[in-house]
Amino acid sequence: MRMSKIVRFAADVLFGAIVIFGLYVIMHGHLTPGGGFQGGAIVATGAALVIVAHSYEEVIGMIKKAVLMAQESAGLVMFAGVALIAIGLGTTFFFNFLANSGSLFGMTVPFGPNPGELNTGGVLPLMNIAVGIEVWGGLAIVILYMLSGIGKKEEA
Amino acid sequence: MRKELSILIIIIFGLFLGLIALDLTFGDPDNTAMDDYFIQNGQEQAATNNIVTTIVFDYRGFDTLGESTVLFTAVIGVALMYRKLVKGDADENE
Repeated sequence: MRMSKIVRFAADVLFGAIVIFGLYVIMHGHLTPGGGFQGGAIVATGAALVIVAHSYEEVIGMIKKAVLMAQESAGLVMFAGVALIAIGLGTTFFFNFLANSGSLFGMTVPFGPNPGELNTGGVLPLMNIAVGIEVWGGLAIVILYMLSGIGKKEEA
Repeated sequence: MRKELSILIIIIFGLFLGLIALDLTFGDPDNTAMDDYFIQNGQEQAATNNIVTTIVFDYRGFDTLGESTVLFTAVIGVALMYRKLVKGDADENE
């Protein structure tokens, strides 16, 4: 069952803004409140909006459940993988090997107030991204499954 | 009778919680060694300005790994529950 054209158009317009805001929260997890879990939940909210506004059948034609499941698994594997790379480098599990190294996300942070430099944090931004794509895929597939029966009564 | 009893139970329980809340103190823990260590060294060690993220993803990384696993397991459980709910969709759901 589709909603009216106004609702569908509003959902399409808002979807982009919600996804961008969610990706912003994921990307700035090491600078501002929020992080992977919160940002992934925001992106999944956009998916819920689109599924409710359009019909389930229309959305399932665009997004495959296997893709979302693969995305969720990839996020978890990436999270554990980043933690395992530290063992390969001869340190402990979950060691922050990129911090203060000068390479990717390796800028040094002095003690004091937050200057808001994105290129800091070592492996923390990578882990935020990993958790973000995991929560995004996981919550989106849960919403997709739970709303799969929406509008069935009206058709029968 | 039943309504009066419910109101009485609510009042007694509210008084119970209120008296406990009056006795609580906030913001002055006895042991602050670990908090002070995180606040003094967190920014230099993890090169991160957000101390909360530093604790969640760096110092307590195992906890976050467990949280991710819990979410993964929950999604697997939901997928199993809703497996054959929609007709004609069964092949894709497996």
